Amino acid sequence: MSYLIEMFSYDFMLKALIGGVLVSLCASLLGVSLVLKRYSMIGDGLSHVGFGAFAIASALNLANITPVEFAIPIVVISAFFLLRVSENSKMKGDSAIAIISTSALAIGITVASMSTGMNTDINSYLFGSIIALTNKDLYLCVGLAVVVLIIFVLFYNKIFAVTFDESFAKATGTKAGIYNMVIALLTALTIVVGMKMMGSMLITSLIIFPAVTSMRVCHRFITVMICSAIISVTCFVAGLILSYVYSTPTGAGIVIVNLGAFLLFTAIGWVCDRINAKRYLK
Amino acid sequence: MEELLKCENLSFSYENTGVIKGLSFSVARGDYLCIVGENGSGKSTLVKGLLGLKSAAEGKIEKTKALGSGCIGYLPQQTPAQKDFPASVYEVVISGRLSSRGFRPFYSAKDKKIAMDNIRRLGVEDLIRRSYRDLSGGQQQRVLLARALCAGSTLLLLDEPVTGLDPIVTEEMYRLIDELNKKEGITIIMVSHDINSAVKYASHILHLKYDNSFFGTTNEYIESPMGQYFFSK
Repeated sequence: MSYLIEMFSYDFMLKALIGGVLVSLCASLLGVSLVLKRYSMIGDGLSHVGFGAFAIASALNLANITPVEFAIPIVVISAFFLLRVSENSKMKGDSAIAIISTSALAIGITVASMSTGMNTDINSYLFGSIIALTNKDLYLCVGLAVVVLIIFVLFYNKIFAVTFDESFAKATGTKAGIYNMVIALLTALTIVVGMKMMGSMLITSLIIFPAVTSMRVCHRFITVMICSAIISVTCFVAGLILSYVYSTPTGAGIVIVNLGAFLLFTAIGWVCDRINAKRYLK
Repeated sequence: MEELLKCENLSFSYENTGVIKGLSFSVARGDYLCIVGENGSGKSTLVKGLLGLKSAAEGKIEKTKALGSGCIGYLPQQTPAQKDFPASVYEVVISGRLSSRGFRPFYSAKDKKIAMDNIRRLGVEDLIRRSYRDLSGGQQQRVLLARALCAGSTLLLLDEPVTGLDPIVTEEMYRLIDELNKKEGITIIMVSHDINSAVKYASHILHLKYDNSFFGTTNEYIESPMGQYFFSK
């Protein structure tokens, strides 16, 4: 206990805890919708674009624009673009996303090595850094979390309908396109904010893991959502503490805890299915 | 009979090529219309048009007052992503009430009652707590049909409702739709691949073929050259 108190007496750890909990909460809620709509690769594509934007921003070394502020518009525009690409199947969505994400990564690395070289900055963009969160980032996290929570509470039923069956939702007068865009926009913001801590290589895990993990066990949409949020926040806090205790990179620690949760839930789900199958056979 | 829907000289194009040209047909209350035609003959395009999701290149679809908002129930084709969707049957069915909610975010007692009524109507009350992904194909279609009825029960628009079902369940599904039509007087428009069943159950047939579509009663269709062509084989 005193260890925990000591740990969070550091200003940067407290910031990381608050920011991280809020980002994981947003990511887990958005993730359920993205995973079920088969859009999870959009998250991956966006994180690579985010890396490219961060690398360019730090190469330009702009005086009054932080890398986050520089990255947000670029990632948001890419989010809308990737959504378009995924919806129109002229070119297969997954290959288009792969093209965009590898290109963004390549451009980022090239720009970085031409200006400052592969320094610690670039390393922290790739794999995250626990001391990276500034007060400004923290305000952004709080604002984002408030918006995401309000939208998911007020529009929960519409989000369900659009996620479950877009053509039915459209046919009965729900503007599905707007909901898709709002979700893409919020995902873009979550990724940019979360990237600093988790790293662009690992941020997608915050979006995908909790949703997939909770779906192993939960059978209703509402429980999947709630369970996903709880899993996400719990795994984040556990990963943060473990990485502090063993002095390992935070982002990687959180992903490993998420992987553990996924395996555990898969096992539980398997056992539950067996029991249920027996009950229905009777 | 009271006319619900009337189309005159309707044309649709898809990606700049015309798929339907000069189509005229009408649907009266209590009709059971089957839309048949080969792949690419514009069945899905016409359904989108009827739902108001696609505007016609020429002509227009006139809906009478009896077909205002909240009167059309729609059963779309299933997507692969839906088959393993974690949602309870109740959650799926009540989502049909969404269109009548407008900007109010939560369902009212009336919505819940309508959802329960339709769940009973389609005999899926035993499944209500089950997860949609654990149901068989036929059960999933029943649930989606209950959802469609929650959205509107004057006219049901069914887009290939038996795709992927085995023969026994297919027959069950056809009988269920027939019952909704005959016993409850729900007007049906169904897109189908299966001309034999279409002729067996429907009162009217619309056979789409670019600028030479057939529309008439089922008996007229069987006598027509187009129908003869299929049944002589």
